[in-house]
Amino acid sequence: MRRIEEAFQEAKQQNRAALITYITAGYPNLEILPNLVRALSEAGSDIIEIGIPFSDPLADGPVLQRAATVALNRGARVSKILAAVEGFAADAAPLVFLTYINPVFHYGVGRFAQDAVQAGIQGLIIPDLPWVEGRELRTAAEASRIAVIPLVAPTSTDAHLRAIGRARGFVYAVSLTGVTGVRKVVDAGVRPLVERIRHFTRLPIAVGFGIATPEQAHEVGEVADGVIVGSALVDVLTHNPGREEEAAFRFVHDLSQAVKNITTKA
Amino acid sequence: MATMRVPDRQGRFGSFGGRYIPETLMPAVDELDRAYRAARRDPGFKQELATLLKEYVGRPTPLTRASRMSDALGFDIYLKREDLNHTGAHKINNTIGQVLLARRMGKTRIIAETGAGQHGVATATAAALFGLRAEIYMGSEDVKRQALNVYRMKLLGASVHSVESGTRTLKDATNEAIRDWVTNVRDTFYVIGSVVGPHPYPMMVRDFQSVIGREARQQILRTTGQLPTHIVACVGGGSNSMGIFYPFRRDLVQLIGVEAAGEGLDSGRHAASIQIAQPGILHGSLSYLLQDEDGQIQPAHSISAGLDYPGVGPEHAYFHAIGRAQYVAVTDAEALQGFHQLAEWEGIIPALESAHAVAWVIKAQDDLRRAKARVLINLSGRGDKDVEQVFELDGRQSHAAH
Repeated sequence: MRRIEEAFQEAKQQNRAALITYITAGYPNLEILPNLVRALSEAGSDIIEIGIPFSDPLADGPVLQRAATVALNRGARVSKILAAVEGFAADAAPLVFLTYINPVFHYGVGRFAQDAVQAGIQGLIIPDLPWVEGRELRTAAEASRIAVIPLVAPTSTDAHLRAIGRARGFVYAVSLTGVTGVRKVVDAGVRPLVERIRHFTRLPIAVGFGIATPEQAHEVGEVADGVIVGSALVDVLTHNPGREEEAAFRFVHDLSQAVKNITTKA
Repeated sequence: MATMRVPDRQGRFGSFGGRYIPETLMPAVDELDRAYRAARRDPGFKQELATLLKEYVGRPTPLTRASRMSDALGFDIYLKREDLNHTGAHKINNTIGQVLLARRMGKTRIIAETGAGQHGVATATAAALFGLRAEIYMGSEDVKRQALNVYRMKLLGASVHSVESGTRTLKDATNEAIRDWVTNVRDTFYVIGSVVGPHPYPMMVRDFQSVIGREARQQILRTTGQLPTHIVACVGGGSNSMGIFYPFRRDLVQLIGVEAAGEGLDSGRHAASIQIAQPGILHGSLSYLLQDEDGQIQPAHSISAGLDYPGVGPEHAYFHAIGRAQYVAVTDAEALQGFHQLAEWEGIIPALESAHAVAWVIKAQDDLRRAKARVLINLSGRGDKDVEQVFELDGRQSHAAH
């Protein structure tokens, strides 16, 4: 199985940014998940985030809120998602879970880390678990050899940046103050944010929130080691009922071309 | 009790509480924590708050002996009259405090969540008083059910955002308020309406509401020369109950929190998160939550919109866990009966929330009588807002009976 670290190294060697794509498990249904993940991998995703839907996703904008509601209404359960992932993880790009803390807490933090690794998951992103509250999860993750991906926001303090110095995987830099969702332009704060984070860590830095088009992906890829696209991809699924895999492949393929030929890497 | 100095610096009440919010907000809650602790020590801030509570809110609220209710039940009952506050409930004790703090911190924009609209009205009121802009998030279901409160907020100069996501009620209004806060964190102060949310909110709201218990303690000692044996208050998020409990926490007094059993605990349609006692994390803190086997939040139900919330403040979870307070539940039907009884006995129409506390006292009357109890009920709000709803419910029932 390919590792997260290898994915970033390879991208760097090829003088491009890594492309990280997000989909919500269970949207538009759970049956399609293996084929979607295959399409995303083949289209050039270096890492894939699989969202475990939560009833109250307070870091998400309307697109991912709706995807979570649909997925839950159609019966997406943690156990079913784990089982599905186990079926395709070996053949896919490196996989991480993105979810909220309550489903993890309720499952049992240690057991969740174990079962996620067992299924082939390499990292966890939990937007409502700030680093200072994450000690128990990090201990469990360390034991299970799964990375807890730290998030950094434009408002984050130096103390936070120092604290995540020993994290594993990559740093998830939140491009703006706000929730997930498509934006017209890349926030002007992205470059200074990434440069600031680099002073504190050698981990690869991936930027997410608001990146929707190949042009934006290219722009962010000039600065960061990875570019994360979520809502825009889920939007593509919504607008292509019955041809989700094909549409996702095309969209992600365009993105993967856009993050190549990076000229001015910091 | 040795373990009563809570929360700790991390905002923990035992294992409950904490700060489960996006990193974007962490510096904001740190800033708020520092600003609040500084304000709390500042005689100028305390003086200004005290003056506003006296001259604007109308404090101290009276302690009323419920004479006919006492006679009917056979033991002494006192009512702490939070229904007589400006805007009709205890909510304003907290919003005045928080908005005063917002002004001190130089925040120019106020946001809040609201269920039925009581906290929204109290926030809009405080914002108007200081000339600040208020934006209130309210579930679209509640906007429909509480059109008059929406209009009240608008009269007070606030704008009201109707929230269409999820169950379209308080829980979703809170999600949306947090999303706004994440987006506008640099200039925006989030006025949370109960003892919930990330640290320091549960502590801060408790402190602002503790004026209820401090007054009541003095008043009942002055009137009767003794402490009450029981203090009874309804619990949704739990701000009125924590406000009256907290100053009595070291006294030999039974603290009884009354949750909403809705259509019955077995029906699944209730809001009694402490009765179920499932730990979980929502809206910034670890407490008890209504949730399914996957940790998805379940919708709450209560006849009273103010109790219609799937969680509860972390300090209540702590009080439950260490046995400092006892938590019980009464149904919609029992609360409705309490609503009528208090109106007939005392000429006081209680809020449906507060009617839950009244109803438990009626329900437990035999035990209380035997114990020669001296009961203090926190009458957290007045029932004017509920008259139309009760009118419709009673009309439907009498219609069905004929």
